[in-house]
Amino acid sequence: MTITVNGKSLELEKPINLNELLVVAKADQPEYVTVERNGEFVDHKGFVSTFVADGDTIEFLYFMGGGAA
Amino acid sequence: MSSLTNEQLERYSRHIILKQVGGKGQEKLLNGKVLVIGTGGLGSPAAMYLAAAGVGTIGLVDYDVVDLSNLQRQIIHKTSSVGKNKVDSGRATIEALNPDVKVHTYQELVRADNILDIIRDQDYDFLIDATDNFPAKFLINDACVMAKKPFSHAGIIRFQGQTMTYVPGQGPCYRCVFPEMPPKDAVPTCREAGIIGVMGGVIGTLQATEAIKYILGIGDLLTGYLLTYDALTMQFRKIKIPRNPNCPVCGDHPTVTKLVDYEQPACDLRKKG
Ligand SMILES: [Zn+2]
Repeated sequence: MTITVNGKSLELEKPINLNELLVVAKADQPEYVTVERNGEFVDHKGFVSTFVADGDTIEFLYFMGGGAA
Repeated sequence: MSSLTNEQLERYSRHIILKQVGGKGQEKLLNGKVLVIGTGGLGSPAAMYLAAAGVGTIGLVDYDVVDLSNLQRQIIHKTSSVGKNKVDSGRATIEALNPDVKVHTYQELVRADNILDIIRDQDYDFLIDATDNFPAKFLINDACVMAKKPFSHAGIIRFQGQTMTYVPGQGPCYRCVFPEMPPKDAVPTCREAGIIGVMGGVIGTLQATEAIKYILGIGDLLTGYLLTYDALTMQFRKIKIPRNPNCPVCGDHPTVTKLVDYEQPACDLRKKG
C-alpha cells in the first residue's frame, strides 16, 4: 500500500497505526507532533487505534517557536 | 477626490498603479493599524515592509535591548543600535524610512494583564506574532480569539519556517492545530538551535503580505492553511488545516476562557543591563 506523508509517498507492507508510522516516517519529537489524516486532526489518544489505509494523506505538523530574541 | 498628497502619489505610485490597490487601497493602507509583537527576526522585515507600504499606524512591542548577536537577521536594528531599546531602534528605522507612519511603542513583554490593553490602545486592525517563545504565541492566539482580532502566526527555526493566518469566524486558530503548549524546554529555541539569518526575511515578509492583503481586502489569506518553508530543499508547502471543534479556545466547548501567563522558559528571558 502507498500513503503520502508530508507530500512524499511512502510504501508500507501492511497497515500500521499512527504511533508506528511516526517511527517509520522518522518524525521529529513524535510526542509533540500534530497529526492530520486525510484533512482531519487525530488526537494523540487515537494514535494507537488509528491505522493508515492505502491512499491516505498524512501530515505531521511541528511546533516552531523561534522569531525574536 | 483623493486625500493623497502629490508626494504620496509619487511615493506609492507602484502600488496605486495596481488595479487591486489603486488610490483607494493606498488610503486604506494609510488608515491601517498593525501591531507587530516582537521586533526580531520576523518583526524586523514585517515592520519595515509595512512602513514602506504606507501602513499609517504601526505598533511595536518588545521589552528587549539590541544585542550584537541579533544583527545577523534583525535588519531593523543597526550596529549603532547595540545596547538601545529595540522598540526605540525600530521606531528610528521606520521614521527614517517613511514619515507617513505613526509609530507606537510598548516596551514590555506581552502578558495576560496587558495584551488586551495594548491591542485596544490604537484599536489595531491586524496583529503580527513575531515572538520567539510559546508562552507569548499561545497568549497572542488566545487574546486574538477572545478580542476577535485577526493575526498572523509564524515560527522559525534552523532552516525552516511556518506561518498561518487567523481571522475570527473564518477558520482555525493556532490552538486548533497545537492545542496545548509544549513542556518547558521540550522544543528548542533559535538561541539553542540556531537560525539561518534570511529565514525571518522570508517568513516575516509573508506575514506583512497577509496584513496588507487583509487591510486591502484582496486575495486569499492563509486562513485554514499552514504554510511551511524549508530553505534547504527550497520547498513551500501549503497544508490545509480544519477548524478543530475540540479546540480549547475557539472550539465548541472552550476550556480556555480567560488569559493566563504560561511559564516562560528561562532561556528566553534575559535580564537587561
Ligand atoms: Zn481554535
